[in-house]
Amino acid sequence: MSLHIDIDKTLQNGERRFHLQLHWQTDARRIAVFGPSGAGKSLLLRLIAGIDRPDRGCIELDGRVLYDAGHGINLPMHARGLGYVFQDYALFPHLNTRQNITFGRYRGLANPSRRVRDPAVEHWLERLGLAGVADLYPAQLSGGQRQRTALARALVTQPRALLLDEPFAALDPALQADLRDELDRLQQQLDVPMLLISHDPEDARRFGEAVLEIRNGQATTRTP
Amino acid sequence: MDAVLPVMLLSLKVALSATLLAGLSGVGVGLLLARARFPGRDLLDALLTLPMVLPPTVLGYYLLVLLGRNSLIGGWLQEHFGLSLIFTWQGAAIAAAAVAFPLVFKPARAAFEAVDPQLEQAARVLGLGAVAVFFRVTLPLAGRGILAGGLLGFARALGEFGATLMVAGSIPGQTQTLSIAIYEAVLAGQDALAANLVLITSMTCLAVLLAASWLAPARTGVLR
Repeated sequence: MSLHIDIDKTLQNGERRFHLQLHWQTDARRIAVFGPSGAGKSLLLRLIAGIDRPDRGCIELDGRVLYDAGHGINLPMHARGLGYVFQDYALFPHLNTRQNITFGRYRGLANPSRRVRDPAVEHWLERLGLAGVADLYPAQLSGGQRQRTALARALVTQPRALLLDEPFAALDPALQADLRDELDRLQQQLDVPMLLISHDPEDARRFGEAVLEIRNGQATTRTP
Repeated sequence: MDAVLPVMLLSLKVALSATLLAGLSGVGVGLLLARARFPGRDLLDALLTLPMVLPPTVLGYYLLVLLGRNSLIGGWLQEHFGLSLIFTWQGAAIAAAAVAFPLVFKPARAAFEAVDPQLEQAARVLGLGAVAVFFRVTLPLAGRGILAGGLLGFARALGEFGATLMVAGSIPGQTQTLSIAIYEAVLAGQDALAANLVLITSMTCLAVLLAASWLAPARTGVLR
């Protein structure tokens, strides 16, 4: 994947001001954005996904312009075709595991019913070991199952790239190692470009073909 | 009992129409107040809450001024459709809707404000448009709160007396609802009839309140 970002974004909350300013380009297919909490990592991911909007600059992913203030381009988030795994997974509490994964396969005004069987969804339920909990609701799942459900929900839409926000932070250490291996394997099998943000140096080592380290809204080191 | 049934049916017709009216407008206004930022938002909320604290006669007076034959709206309806709301069951329904409105829009606003915006963002990133997100995520998650408010509004509309009497009067078989019939029965010394009507009204309202508390969001979470 090629990623080109050149952005400024200022957040103002009462007296507090936060300024994110990044200029970076990479051709890596596995990117890790690394830094302490509060550095602006999640904001960067939200800007790429289109949830928030930069004050100026441009974002280009795989040759596709997602945002360009100069040319008035701002692809709406539903048109960016990205898979996003939120830090606390953001699973829909009113839908069971299968419905959650099916969610993005239907664009209509009604949610997929509990009886819908979509081959692609069944495939991911099997592949990620979720078949046994397909009829359970998010509140009934373990942390690891929730994480895999969020991953399946993103992957089943065949995203152009996968964005992951601290995917292992909510898990206990033993589980973290397992799920790191699983994500590593999946990414290589699917060959889907991936951008992962984490405060954990282990993630940067493992997934950072290219690493962007940010602190206080500014890039400190870049590789390559 | 012959005198009771028509009164009950009329009251149900008035209360259900009022709930529908207050429900649709209450959900719309609740959503607007929960999401839109505009100057005068608090003032608007306070104005719309007034029917809860104003004496029903004051509200009835306002409605007469608003809907009467010599008013702007009432005159227009009369002229173009030959419609008069005063002394009709439709007028009674509008009066009951006005009184029930705050009980519907307040819980609706709170329910919309309680929906985690991240869930809506997750749905957008998964490819859904804003309208689909509303019907598939926002509304189901706010559903319990809205339904509980609707039930409270229904109970209030069923018991409406003052504003209805001012707007629609007390025409037996046309605008004489349960609460007004009770008043008339007591005045006329028909104690048995009054007792019957009182009992029916109390039981109906109790059943509705039990249903509303069962639906209260804190108890069982979201609607599935």
